[in-house]
Amino acid sequence: MSATGIGASVKRTEDIRFVTGKGHYVDDVNRPGQAYAYFLRSPHAHATIDKLDASAALKSPGVAAIFTGDDIAADKVGGLICGWMIHSTDGSPMKAGAHPVLAQGKVRYVGDHVAVVIADTLAQARDAAEKIEVHYGELPAVVDTAKAANPGEPQLHDVAPNNTIYNWRLGDKATTDAAFAAAAHVTKLDFINNRLIPNPMEPRAAVAEYDSGTDSLTLYTTSQNPHVTRLVLSAFIGLAPEHRLRVIAPDVGGGFGSKIFIYPEETVCLWAARKIDRPVKWTGERTEAFLCDAHGRDHVTHAELALDANGKITGLRARTIANLGAYMSTFSSSVPTYLYATLLSGQYDIPNIDCEVDAVYTNTAPVDAYRGAGRPEACFVVERLVEVAARETGRDPGEFRRINFITSFPHQTPVIMTYDAGNFAGALDKALALADYKGIAQRKAASAANGKLRGVGFSAYIEACGIAPSQAVGSLGAGVGLWESAEVRVNPVGTVEILTGTHSHGQGHETTFAQLVSSRLGIPMENVSVIHGDTDKVQFGMGTYGSRSGAVGMSALSKALDKIETKAKKVAGHVLEAAEGDIEFKDGKFTVKGTDKSIDFGSLALQAYIAHKFSGQELEPGLKEGAFWDPTNFTFPAGVHICELEVDPQTGVVTIDRWTAVDDFGKLINPMIVEGQVHGGIAQGVGQALLEGAHYDGDGQLLTASFMDYCMPRADDLPSYKVDTIETPCPSNPLGIKGCGEAGAIAAPPAVINAITDALGHEDVAMPATPQAVWRAAQKAVKRAAE
Amino acid sequence: MVHVSMAVNGRAQSADVDPRTLLVQFLRENLRLTGTHVGCDTSQCGACVVHVDGRAIKSCTVLAASLEGAQVTTIEGLAQGGKLHPMQQAFQDNHGLQCGFCTPGMIMASIDLVNREGPNLDEATIRHGLEGNICRCTGYHNIVKAVAQGAREMAGAATPKAAE
Repeated sequence: MSATGIGASVKRTEDIRFVTGKGHYVDDVNRPGQAYAYFLRSPHAHATIDKLDASAALKSPGVAAIFTGDDIAADKVGGLICGWMIHSTDGSPMKAGAHPVLAQGKVRYVGDHVAVVIADTLAQARDAAEKIEVHYGELPAVVDTAKAANPGEPQLHDVAPNNTIYNWRLGDKATTDAAFAAAAHVTKLDFINNRLIPNPMEPRAAVAEYDSGTDSLTLYTTSQNPHVTRLVLSAFIGLAPEHRLRVIAPDVGGGFGSKIFIYPEETVCLWAARKIDRPVKWTGERTEAFLCDAHGRDHVTHAELALDANGKITGLRARTIANLGAYMSTFSSSVPTYLYATLLSGQYDIPNIDCEVDAVYTNTAPVDAYRGAGRPEACFVVERLVEVAARETGRDPGEFRRINFITSFPHQTPVIMTYDAGNFAGALDKALALADYKGIAQRKAASAANGKLRGVGFSAYIEACGIAPSQAVGSLGAGVGLWESAEVRVNPVGTVEILTGTHSHGQGHETTFAQLVSSRLGIPMENVSVIHGDTDKVQFGMGTYGSRSGAVGMSALSKALDKIETKAKKVAGHVLEAAEGDIEFKDGKFTVKGTDKSIDFGSLALQAYIAHKFSGQELEPGLKEGAFWDPTNFTFPAGVHICELEVDPQTGVVTIDRWTAVDDFGKLINPMIVEGQVHGGIAQGVGQALLEGAHYDGDGQLLTASFMDYCMPRADDLPSYKVDTIETPCPSNPLGIKGCGEAGAIAAPPAVINAITDALGHEDVAMPATPQAVWRAAQKAVKRAAE
Repeated sequence: MVHVSMAVNGRAQSADVDPRTLLVQFLRENLRLTGTHVGCDTSQCGACVVHVDGRAIKSCTVLAASLEGAQVTTIEGLAQGGKLHPMQQAFQDNHGLQCGFCTPGMIMASIDLVNREGPNLDEATIRHGLEGNICRCTGYHNIVKAVAQGAREMAGAATPKAAE
């Protein structure tokens, strides 16, 4: 392994521009003559728009235009779509209510988009917006996930009676019911997977520009997947044909899923730019991000685990109500179905599983994928059930897991997924050692002597990543394939440009992809550049989410590099006057086997381009190859996290004392970057467990709409982490990569809650386990102990 | 309109602006110094931290018009002669950034922390000192390592304290 090869913790190339303030984010983009957009948003959760009078606003200084839903409809602009079809158990398709880009007649959540004001300056646009008179007919709102489908609740969409989008099921009810009927022990839990707001540090933004000379549009957007955005804006919303629409996602300041989706703002800016023939720029304020970025999680679940007399799990069943908000966002339908229920086997050999999911509309922001997307919800169900079942039956939580681990692979679960490779017991052993689990009793005693309650919680998570095999997801309702593309362009003097359909918004692709190329072609990393995020430069790709860029994106790159090597050897054969089969390529040099005739990669590239040594009719000049890689399976990162914390029973304050993570991500390209992903994921998972929660009041007002009210994890809320890995290479891609981007966010929440409930003597506590919630639970525990 | 004037990264700058113009807007829009970022609207996130007269302030919470004659240093003003400031270098060395959006403010706040608390910072001091800077990507573990290294390197640096 070289200093810059696969497996090396190479420092990041992209850091130089970020630490010097030379990043190029969308709000840094300014186009000559640009106008600024400001969106007027609904202050009501549910209302008709009875009258909208913009006449005074239109006369406001600097105003170029004001548009409403009527203008959008008159231009026959399409609405936003959900690209994953889910069918209910009765065979009917999901009830997708229309999702116009500007409200038409009705608003359905606080923040819903009513009008856009476009003016010479942002201040002028804001001032003008205050002069728009809107008369709303207020309607009662429904915000409670558990109650939204009850008869008599306010209805959001005519197409969805009882606000029900679908009733979906996976697994086998009959055999699972039988397993429960025969069980020696049944553990039952009710929980809420609390609603979260992704809050990447960069708010969403868009700059749209129209070129009347070529009748073409350019959109700068904070997107994780510019080609998908272009496809939707073109084919479904109809703003321009794809070949005359350029979408650029430059440096993007974090996404975590929230920047996958196509939103009203960039759509309206793009449409308006052509309408007024001026560039239109919009930058979201943080409050707008709170109100209108797709939220995450928001499940209400009842779940049960059946055990036999030996502690073997014989069945798991779950009933979930999933809140999708006021409209179906781009991938929303898939998150509580195929990204959730398919992981309910966890790391365990569970023969019978039954899962029922009802998805509902409420007068809240649309809900869609957020780091983990369905898998944190599944892991929470499984790992809380398992931990509680262990305690209820008097077994050590680690050993209870161990006797139920899957030990042979491939393993077909009852919920579609076939796990390919893993070493669950190995990760558990390593984690127990790293966490010094043997010393826990002593540490608990020491804490108790200080008046504190120490608890330890496990989370043996598994996830399905590397999204995804196209035929598989197609058969499950996805509207698109989830392969990935890469192109390798070798320049005449041997520098290389990689064009990837993935997108880096923090993941370090400019470094890791270059490591792969450097290692394969034997050229220094400085000779490689990685290009992403521009639909004019890069062929179609599906973007970055679901921990797919390594597993799927680098596999495409690897295949393209294979083709480069094949072509290069052909050229080398001509140059070195040998048979192609006698050419070897190693450490950046082509050599004729058994001789010292050789040519280095850079010189070979030049030969390919000057084409003097071979017939251009027999062998095409040039050295450029592309590949599309369609995975044959999901990948299955898995591991064990152990959280050890102290509860102060006087104040309810929780202090995490140590965090141990042992993860199996298959082959690691850059261990430093992998660790960073785990750290960040753990922080978000701890945030969910202890700090974060989006709250709407009964009228649908978002009470947590700023960083003052929504508690983001800060440096002093978190500990340092002990992170290690084991490796079972992924058998389904050429590099053996499983992916690592979501693991921490999936593993962490149950580890924290398991630890708190251990500390409190198993009194349950809801997420977020704020000091108030923990204090209340501690009082209940004391009371129960006294009885 | 109101006239504002100050020195930014050692250069005199002035303009006539809307009186409501925040320092961060003046930097980003008038001076096209886009390294300082806006991440929130309640002065919580710290992405906008710059140095004014040697101290960290949140540029989203000060009016440009109130800085007559001030010395402002932004992230763009840290590197000297093509060489990174030790804190910038420490962030790269320790993978203390991912998406980079919080990074300029984080670096400016970290330098100020060292200026106030000295070069030997323990973990608790760093974590507490960065309460005003939110990062969503890194989980802070590597930021803490970066700040500790940057602090030591700043003390060991031959040149005087960075860019003040």
